Amino acid sequence: MPKVTVETVDHVARLARLSLTDEERTLFARQLDQVLEYAESIQALDLEGAEPMSHALATGAFRADEPRDGLARERVLEAAPDAKDGLFRVPRVLGG
Amino acid sequence: MSALHELSAVELRRKVAGREVSAEEVTRAHLDRLRAVEPRIDAYLLVLEERALERARALDRSLAAGQPAPALAGVPVAVKDVLDIEGLPTTCGSRILEGYRPPFTATAVQRLEAAGAIVIGKTNMDEFAMGSSTENSAYKKTKNPWDPSRVPGGSSGGSAAAVAAGTVPLALGSDTGGSIRQPAALCGVVGLKPTYGRVSRYGLVAFASSLDQVGVLSRTVEDAALALSVIAGPDPLDSTSAPEPVPDFSSALAAGVEGTRIGVPWRFLEAGVDEGLLTRFREALAALEGAGARIVDVDLPHLPHAIATYYIVATAEASSNLARYDGVRYGLRAPNPANLAHLYGETRDRGFGPEVKRRIILGTFVLSSGYYDAYYLRAQKVRTLIRRDFERAFEHCDVVATPTSPVPAFRFGEKTADPLQMYLADVFTVPANLGGLPGLSLPCGLADGLPVGFQMLSRRFDEPALARIGAACESLNGVPAGPPIESNGRD
Repeated sequence: MPKVTVETVDHVARLARLSLTDEERTLFARQLDQVLEYAESIQALDLEGAEPMSHALATGAFRADEPRDGLARERVLEAAPDAKDGLFRVPRVLGG
Repeated sequence: MSALHELSAVELRRKVAGREVSAEEVTRAHLDRLRAVEPRIDAYLLVLEERALERARALDRSLAAGQPAPALAGVPVAVKDVLDIEGLPTTCGSRILEGYRPPFTATAVQRLEAAGAIVIGKTNMDEFAMGSSTENSAYKKTKNPWDPSRVPGGSSGGSAAAVAAGTVPLALGSDTGGSIRQPAALCGVVGLKPTYGRVSRYGLVAFASSLDQVGVLSRTVEDAALALSVIAGPDPLDSTSAPEPVPDFSSALAAGVEGTRIGVPWRFLEAGVDEGLLTRFREALAALEGAGARIVDVDLPHLPHAIATYYIVATAEASSNLARYDGVRYGLRAPNPANLAHLYGETRDRGFGPEVKRRIILGTFVLSSGYYDAYYLRAQKVRTLIRRDFERAFEHCDVVATPTSPVPAFRFGEKTADPLQMYLADVFTVPANLGGLPGLSLPCGLADGLPVGFQMLSRRFDEPALARIGAACESLNGVPAGPPIESNGRD
């Protein structure tokens, strides 16, 4: 029984805001099922006493909380596909 | 006498500093070489001829005025297109960043340029550094200089091919699961992935933030050590950059291997490694043993789980990092979206290639409700076990050695149909990223006419051990001759 079906891919694609073609949906379902089948090996491991490791190097570095200049807003907005009056412009959010 | 493009960074710097040759002449020689070989290699996404010549002339003026020559004075370098240079395009090998010009420069690039290096171009790569062959670039196929029907490795395939083909002595790359070391191995050059945190990631487009590290590709260990000395060290712009003091990596080069211990996880090398390649690996070990190193067998029991762990952790982090490509802030935007959700979905469908989509789907899946504990959390715990394996191994040795890649350069298309087969080629390189360890790949001869990479991993922040044993290995084998490409540029 495959873990990843086309329905799983559809669900995850929605979460990731990815529109996929029908071809991609079927292909990814098959390929990801293979990858997860391979990754099954970690399910049998004894993980007692193993802390989850979220970082390669916990430096615990905090900088002083002092205000400083960031990038100029105009410079950042120059890279945007659509900007106006110092803001990013996007299509309608509700309805439509 | 060697042509300028055949010299190492150290030799070029010495000539420029001694005013034997100008930085402009050095830059022109490398641009000429680039024009001659690039049509057959396709290593570059962007060539910065005018900018490079201008900067070279400025350096020449400063040297003529009696200013001291900085550490990389006049050394031409290439930069993987995952690192930002203010005002110049960064594509990351992706359509979704087409047209993007960052408003800042990556710290590693800034430090190279401050040390007098001349950036001559930006190199091709797998899209968002996801891949092991550079075939996932949205722009071009980079060819292996040793055999144009084969891949250069990836994801820093452009940087590796650029160095191997003699268009630069030095290039920057990034390594999340082997993306510097594996292409270095497949192209027959040196690749150094520093300890996580050793080099600032500021201005490096993020793939998997707990694994990504900037590093260098070169033709000699000495050049890699010199470049690392320039780019390493804490950076206020990256809070994960390590406060550790930066030693002079070059000073470790002449120490020899007498008394060093090289650990080999033989049990892990039993299956799946190309025979000819394994022979070269054994010969390299024997040479080191002959020079006074001790070879010890080490056990890293959780290594067989490294690929699974890596592809869960890396894709999870990628799915989060790549959420920023939404058609709003930079790069591509799908035309005429009906609403915001449509804008996101269409932009991402058009902008991302198949491998990136595949990894976003996998990463989102392992983080999603109902699967998080079984996959992501579990993988994070296995990561701890792998890190502990190395800590125990390093009680018995100074470096752990393996081949860099289980196979030499493969043919275009050979592994693209089966992503899992492509992932399995990363078996020897991903453990360093999971553990945050430094790793070095260096050439150790040819198998069936293709370069073989010898990899060593050391304790965190012990790049000097890699430089020391790497330099010894290199002097035993000699710096290998370059690939058999003609330089006249006429086909």
